[in-house]
Amino acid sequence: MTASNSVATHPPSATRRGRRQGTKVRRQRVRAAWLFLVPMLVTLAMVAGWPLLRTFYFSFTDASLADTGGANFIGFENYLGYYQGAWYGLLTDSAWWQSVWNTLFFSVVSVSLEVVFGIIVALILNAEFKGRMLVRAAVLIPWAIPTIVSAKMWAWMLNDQFGIINHLLMLLGLIDAPLAWTADADLSMWAVIIVDVWKTIPFVALLVLAALQMLPRDCYEAAEVDGIHPIKVFFRVTLPLITPALLVAVIFRLLDALRVFDVIYVLTSNSTSTMTMSIYARQQLVEFQDVGYGSAASTLLFLIIALATVIYLYLGRRQLGGEE
Amino acid sequence: MNTRFAKSLAKRIGFWSLIAVLLIYAVFPFYYAVITSLKPSSALFQVEYWLSSVDFSNYVTIFTQGSFVQAIINSIVVAVSVVAIALLLGITAAYALGRVRFRGRTTVMMIVLGVSMFPQVAVLSGLFEVIRTLNLYNSPGGLILSYTIFTLPFTVWVLTTFMRQLPQELEEAAIMDGATPWITITKVFLPLMWPAMATTGLLAFIAAWNEFLFALTFTLTNEERTVPVAIALISGGSQHELPWGPIMAASVTVTVPLVILVMIFQRRIVSGLTAGAVKG
Repeated sequence: MTASNSVATHPPSATRRGRRQGTKVRRQRVRAAWLFLVPMLVTLAMVAGWPLLRTFYFSFTDASLADTGGANFIGFENYLGYYQGAWYGLLTDSAWWQSVWNTLFFSVVSVSLEVVFGIIVALILNAEFKGRMLVRAAVLIPWAIPTIVSAKMWAWMLNDQFGIINHLLMLLGLIDAPLAWTADADLSMWAVIIVDVWKTIPFVALLVLAALQMLPRDCYEAAEVDGIHPIKVFFRVTLPLITPALLVAVIFRLLDALRVFDVIYVLTSNSTSTMTMSIYARQQLVEFQDVGYGSAASTLLFLIIALATVIYLYLGRRQLGGEE
Repeated sequence: MNTRFAKSLAKRIGFWSLIAVLLIYAVFPFYYAVITSLKPSSALFQVEYWLSSVDFSNYVTIFTQGSFVQAIINSIVVAVSVVAIALLLGITAAYALGRVRFRGRTTVMMIVLGVSMFPQVAVLSGLFEVIRTLNLYNSPGGLILSYTIFTLPFTVWVLTTFMRQLPQELEEAAIMDGATPWITITKVFLPLMWPAMATTGLLAFIAAWNEFLFALTFTLTNEERTVPVAIALISGGSQHELPWGPIMAASVTVTVPLVILVMIFQRRIVSGLTAGAVKG
């Protein structure tokens, strides 16, 4: 930069000297940049890169948790094997496929609900009214509460005998008998979704609100002058304009939902009707000590999420290299 | 005239009742937890919407019995250490990624973003082995190490975004004076980056404070557990008799500081979250 700026005002020899000095500074800066990056990259390699490679490796072995070093290579048997006329392995395990289905169902339903309600909440917070800051702070509360705590709070509210939700629903005459929210196989997934949606609406709402506040005011004034109905304005003007921010929020939330663990673990434990891929993998790894089989499940989960990440990177690539 | 007045009145009533619903929805579960925690165990199974009397016996229970106090100390130690490490490694990396143009920068950014999307379960068995090899199993050290997997990429990402927004001229003067990159970071950027670092530090703190899966897997004894695991594992005489009073008291105790922090730093948190997502 400095060298090219001086071209016009300095004689040629000075330019060359300036350029040489510029390159030296540049080289020094690049060297420093890498020096600064090394500690971070080493840390990430130690906690993410290497463990991930080990998980891939374990998925092809019969490793157990007690002794991960003494594992034997068994090829694809954790995934799929054939012995005496019967197939076995993860891909034939109906519990695994149940957990895949549960994860997808949970992710799609909860993220859809979060987006719809997130937009509604953001629109409310975008209006100008007294005490807006206070309401905005209050809406952040569910986000600030630790997931474990919110799961416990809701477990108590959804308690079948003494829970306030059942009490309220019976008071309103909507149900005749208390519902076993977390124990009933048909209801427990919905209980989990209620809790997750409650906790993450603030996140989606804030992202949408940030996008709403960057919208140009003039086209709204124009729409108002023309007497166009607000709902029409929302679908024709607002929604298209906030779609990029919405997309980011959806993908962030989707990646989070696909790896969900804690809220379900606390609310319904290892129940098969709500078991997700993360819970299935951890159960194999830690409770059954079967590191090989559990790692195979983890590897498949990783591949699914990697696919989603690649899509995200593809969509976000423009922003990534934006300033070059 | 009258119909218009009635219409605008209806609109306002509708709007404010919407706000009321929103407030109840957001605050009620926490409010109910507070109420439950202040009830004696005998009154627990009577549904009430407000408090008739205040009873602190549940709080006495959690602070005098078991290892809840130890769990709070463990959580603070782990979260503070993780934040310190993430900020130190993050600010230097953010300088490199945000201010210097070099080959491979986009690749490094991709790696950082990729790691932040990792499902924690995918590294569980490998990380377990690393932690056991380093002799950090069942100790805060193991948790501090493993928590960098989600705090570090996030910190690097957000700080890089903030760093890029600072004007170019700032650095040029320092380069002209022959300042080394380290001096440039500490003397030029650090004073300007404090707000951004406070935001990312706070978000990283909350993430580390709330983490559950690693804490559950990499600790074994009550003395080494963090708060979320301690709360999740509070149990009563049998599976169907959970001591809800103490559970709610513990929940409220660990949540109140967070809620206060969020209230105070509301603006900063919002800007940090949106910088991490929208602009990223």
